[in-house]
Amino acid sequence: MNFSEISDTLITHFGDLVLLHKAEVGDSWVEIPKDKLLEVGRFLKENPQLQLTYLNSVTAVDYLQTDPKKLKRTSWEPHIKVVYHLSSLFLKHTFVIKVTLPRWSDEEQNRLPSLPSVSSLWSTADWQEREVFDLYGVEFTGHPDMRRILCPDDWAGHPLRKDYTPPQEYEGIRCH
Amino acid sequence: MLDPTLINNKNIEYDAQTNEMLINMGPQHPSTHGVLRLIIRTDGEIVSEIQPHIGYLHRCAEKIGEHLSARQWIPYTDRMDYLAAMNMNLGWSLTVEKLLDHQVSKKLQHLRLMICELGRIASHLVGMGAYGLDLGTASPFFYAIREREKILDLFEKACGARLTFSYITPGGVMADIPEGWIDECKAFLDYFEPIIKQYHTLLTTNAIFLKRTCNLGILSKEKAIDYGCSGAVLRGSGIDYDLRRDGDPFYTEMYDGYDFEVIVEKEGDYPKDYPYPDVPREAQLGDCWHRFYVRMLEVIQSIKLIRQSFEKYQSIPEPIEKPLKLQQKLPKGEIYLETEAPRGQMGFGLFSEGDPIPWKVRARSSCFCNLSVLPELCRGVYLADIPSIVGSLDIMMGEIDR
Amino acid sequence: MGQFFNNLLQDINAFLWGLAGYSSQEITTLAEDSWIGYLLAAIIQAALLLHVLAAGTVLFTWAERKVCGRIQDRLGPTRVGGKFGWLQSIADGIKLLCKEDLIPDEADSLLFRIAPYLSISASFAALIVLPFSDGWVAQQLNIGAFFILAIMGLEVFGVILAGYASGSKWSLYGAMREAAQVISYEIPLAMCVVVPVLLVGSMNLGTIANYQAGWFTNWLIFHDPFAFATFWIYFTCGIASVNRAPFDLAEAESELVAGFHTEYSGMRWSLLFMAEYGSMFTVSGLGVLLFLGAWYGPLPIFNSWTSGTESWYLAQMANLVGCLNFVLKSSLLVIVMIWVRWTLPRLRIDQVMTMCLKYCVPLSLIGLSGVLLWQLLAIPSLNDLAPARSDLTEHWAEKSSSPFVKDSQEKVDLFDGRNTQ
Repeated sequence: MNFSEISDTLITHFGDLVLLHKAEVGDSWVEIPKDKLLEVGRFLKENPQLQLTYLNSVTAVDYLQTDPKKLKRTSWEPHIKVVYHLSSLFLKHTFVIKVTLPRWSDEEQNRLPSLPSVSSLWSTADWQEREVFDLYGVEFTGHPDMRRILCPDDWAGHPLRKDYTPPQEYEGIRCH
Repeated sequence: MLDPTLINNKNIEYDAQTNEMLINMGPQHPSTHGVLRLIIRTDGEIVSEIQPHIGYLHRCAEKIGEHLSARQWIPYTDRMDYLAAMNMNLGWSLTVEKLLDHQVSKKLQHLRLMICELGRIASHLVGMGAYGLDLGTASPFFYAIREREKILDLFEKACGARLTFSYITPGGVMADIPEGWIDECKAFLDYFEPIIKQYHTLLTTNAIFLKRTCNLGILSKEKAIDYGCSGAVLRGSGIDYDLRRDGDPFYTEMYDGYDFEVIVEKEGDYPKDYPYPDVPREAQLGDCWHRFYVRMLEVIQSIKLIRQSFEKYQSIPEPIEKPLKLQQKLPKGEIYLETEAPRGQMGFGLFSEGDPIPWKVRARSSCFCNLSVLPELCRGVYLADIPSIVGSLDIMMGEIDR
Repeated sequence: MGQFFNNLLQDINAFLWGLAGYSSQEITTLAEDSWIGYLLAAIIQAALLLHVLAAGTVLFTWAERKVCGRIQDRLGPTRVGGKFGWLQSIADGIKLLCKEDLIPDEADSLLFRIAPYLSISASFAALIVLPFSDGWVAQQLNIGAFFILAIMGLEVFGVILAGYASGSKWSLYGAMREAAQVISYEIPLAMCVVVPVLLVGSMNLGTIANYQAGWFTNWLIFHDPFAFATFWIYFTCGIASVNRAPFDLAEAESELVAGFHTEYSGMRWSLLFMAEYGSMFTVSGLGVLLFLGAWYGPLPIFNSWTSGTESWYLAQMANLVGCLNFVLKSSLLVIVMIWVRWTLPRLRIDQVMTMCLKYCVPLSLIGLSGVLLWQLLAIPSLNDLAPARSDLTEHWAEKSSSPFVKDSQEKVDLFDGRNTQ
C-alpha cells in the first residue's frame, strides 16, 4: 500500500479527525489531534491491511522563528510537532503521522505540553519518547518511566528547542 | 520497574537487603563497548533486573545539524557509528539527495555500494572480535583488527582517512577511487574469503562459545518488532527484512541487478549459497548465537556484492559527477529515509524550511532501539551473561548517544 | 637441592672441625645434628626457592607475552633488552615497584595488606617439597604429594581475603567465585594425584619420580589407558585450580573488571600475580613429577651416572641435566596453559561448576578405579617393557638418609610403608 491508500483508509475510518498533508517535495503526512493519538495508533497497528507494527522513529520539531529577519516570511505560529514514522515489515510500506502541540501548555508557569504516550502500543516508544522529552520538553502521559535519557537528570532546559541557551556552568564545570 | 528509591541515581548504594545487591557496571567497564552504564540488581550471580543509562557520549549532533548546511553535516555522521562511517555518510547523503530528488549516476551507485559493503565487512569484523573479547578470548579481536586494517588501507587510498571518512557526500563522493584500487580490493577479497572459515572454527563452532551463547537472551519475533530492533538483531530473530531489498526505492535502486541473499532463517534453514557451518542443535532462533551467526554470514554476502560491483563499475567509462554545492539550497519539505547500516536501520530525517541549512535534522539510531531491548533480555540470566547479550546486540555508543 | 647444600655444609664443617683435630667420622655425626647447619641450609634453600619463584614469574610473563603475541599474529615485546624483549618483565617489575600503593578508603586496611602475602606464601611454600632433581629438594617429605595439594589449597585464602577486604562489589564477586571454584576442583585434582601414588605405592615425590627412570615408556602416563586419561583430567583441573583461562572467572575482565585484584596496584598486585604464576609452575611441575617421568629424559642417557654414584661430581652433573629436564617439561606444560588461555573463550561460573562436579569428579573416579583394577588384575602395562626398577627404588631409600628427613620418615611410616625398612 502506498501513502494515499493508507491515508484513505484512515480517513474513511476516522473522518474529519485526521488531516491530510500532501507534500510536493518529500514525505507527506497525516495530522492527528492529540487526544485521538492512541486510538489512531491502535488502528494503524492492528488493522490487518495496514499492520504498521514497527515504529521507526519518534521525534519532534520545534517551530519557533528566532531570526527576526525571517520572521516576516514565516507563515506559522510557534508550535511543536511530534512526528511518528511507522512501517510494516511484512507489507513493506511506511507512514508518517504528526501531532501538533503548543510550545508550552502554560507559558507563565513553564508547564510543558503533553500528549498521550504510545509506549503501550510500540515498546520502542519507551526510550524514544524519553528522548523527545529530554531534548524537546514534551511530556508523555501514561509513560512508564518519564525521565531524561541523554542529558543528566538535573539538566536545565531542553536542548533541541530553538530558544534554548546553553548554560554557562554545569555542576561547577564551565561549559564554554 | 525499579524500586522508586532506586530511580534516584544518587541513591544507588541501596543495598541494605542481604539477599540482593545493586551493582553499577560501567561507564568505565571493559565490556560495555564504550560508555554504557548498566545498573544491575543481582541475587548472587543471578541478575534480577537491569537498567541501562546512556548519554555519556552525547555530542549534540542533531543540534549542530541545525546550524550547518546539509553537506557540512557529513563529518558529524562519521562520528555516530565510527566503525561504519561510510554507511553513515551514505545514509545522510541519500536523505539529502532524496529531498532534492537528485539520483546519482549508475557508476556512482556501484562505487558507493562497493565502499559501503566494505564498510559493512569492517564493522562486522570488529563486532565479531569484540564479541570474542566479551566472552574472554582476546585473539579473535586481533585477527579481526588485522583484516580491518587492510580495509582501512583501501579506504585510505580512496579518501585519505582511516576512521572518519566523510567520503560519500550528497550528490556523489569526494573523489573517484584511484587507479589500481579495484585490483587491490580484489586481492584483499581473495585473501579474506578463505580466512572466514578460521573464524568459524575459532568462535562460531567452538564448544565453549556455543555454551556461552546458545539458548541465551532469546528475542522473540514479536518482541523484536515491538522494540524496533533492526539489522542482525531483527534477522537473528527470524524476520525476513533487509532494507537493501525491502527499503525505500530511492535506496534499493543501488542494489538493483545485484544477486545477494538476505541472511535469515527461513523454514528452519539459512541460505545455502555458501558452505556455512551448520546451526548447532542447542541454538534456538533469536538467541545470541543466531545474532552472531547472521553477522558472520552477512560478511560473505557483502563479499559477493563487492565482487559483482567491480565489473559493473568498470563497464561504465564516463567519469563520475561532482558532488552538490556546499551551500546547496534545499526545497521546503521533509524527508525521512532509513538505510541498512551494519548495525541496523540507520534513519536520517531532514526537515527543511527552504534554506541551505536544515530546520531540523534527525538521526534515528539503530543501536538505540536495539539496546532498549536489553532490560527485557537480561531478566534472570547470570551476571556473566550480560557481556554475552550486550555483545550480541553489537552496540555502538557513539551512535546511541549521538 | 637441600641434599646438595647439606653436603656442602658438611664439607665446610668437616674442614673446620678437621683443623681442630677431629676425625672425619666424628665430624659427620656432629654436622648432622648441628642446628646451625640446619638453619643455614634452610636459609639458603629458602633464598634459592624464592629466586626460582621470582625468576619463574619473570620468564613466564615474558613467555606469556611472547606466545600470546605470536598466537595473535603480532610480535609481542621486541624492544626492551634487545631483539626479543628479554627484559620486558624486568621493566614491568620496575614500573610496578614505582607505582603508588593505593589502599581504598572502603577497604579493610590490614586484611587488604595481608592478602597478597598470604597468597604468595602459599604459592612459595608448595615449592618446598617440589624436587627439581634427584635429591635437589628443600624438604624430602614422605607425604610430598599430599603436602603440595594441601598448601596449594591455601592460596585461595589470600584471594578470598583480597576480594573481601577490597570493599568493592566486583572484588567480592571474584573472591566468591574463586572460593567456590578452587574448593570444588581440589576434589578431582586430588583423585588424579592418587593415581600415581597408587601405582608407585608412595606419596614421596622422589620415589614416584625414580619409579619412572629409564625409557619414556616407564612414565606413569603410559602405564595404562586410565592413567593416560587421568593425566589430562589432572591438567584440566590444574588449570582450573590455578585460575587460568578458560576457568579464570575470579578475574574475568569482561565481567568483573579485574575480579579480586580490581583494587590492587603496584607491588601488591604483582605479588598476587607472582602467586598465580608460581602456582602455575607448581601444578605443571607436580604433573611432570607424577606422570611425565619427572627429571628423567625420554632416553636413559644420564641415568647410569646417578644410579652408579661412583663420583659425586658426575652425580651432580646428572642432577643438573635432570633439573633442566624437569624445568623444560614443566615449562612446556605452562606454555600449553598459555596457549589454551589465548585460544578459548571463558566458561560461565555455573558451567565451570557443572564441569567439575558432573564431569571431572566422575571421570577422575573412573580413572582411579580403572587403574586400581589394572593393578589388581595384574594386566601387563607399557611400563613393563623397560627393565625393572626395584633396584632404583632401593637405591633411593638408601640415599634419602639426610639429617632432617630421618625423623619425619620414622614418624610417617604409616603413610609410606614400602620404602622404609
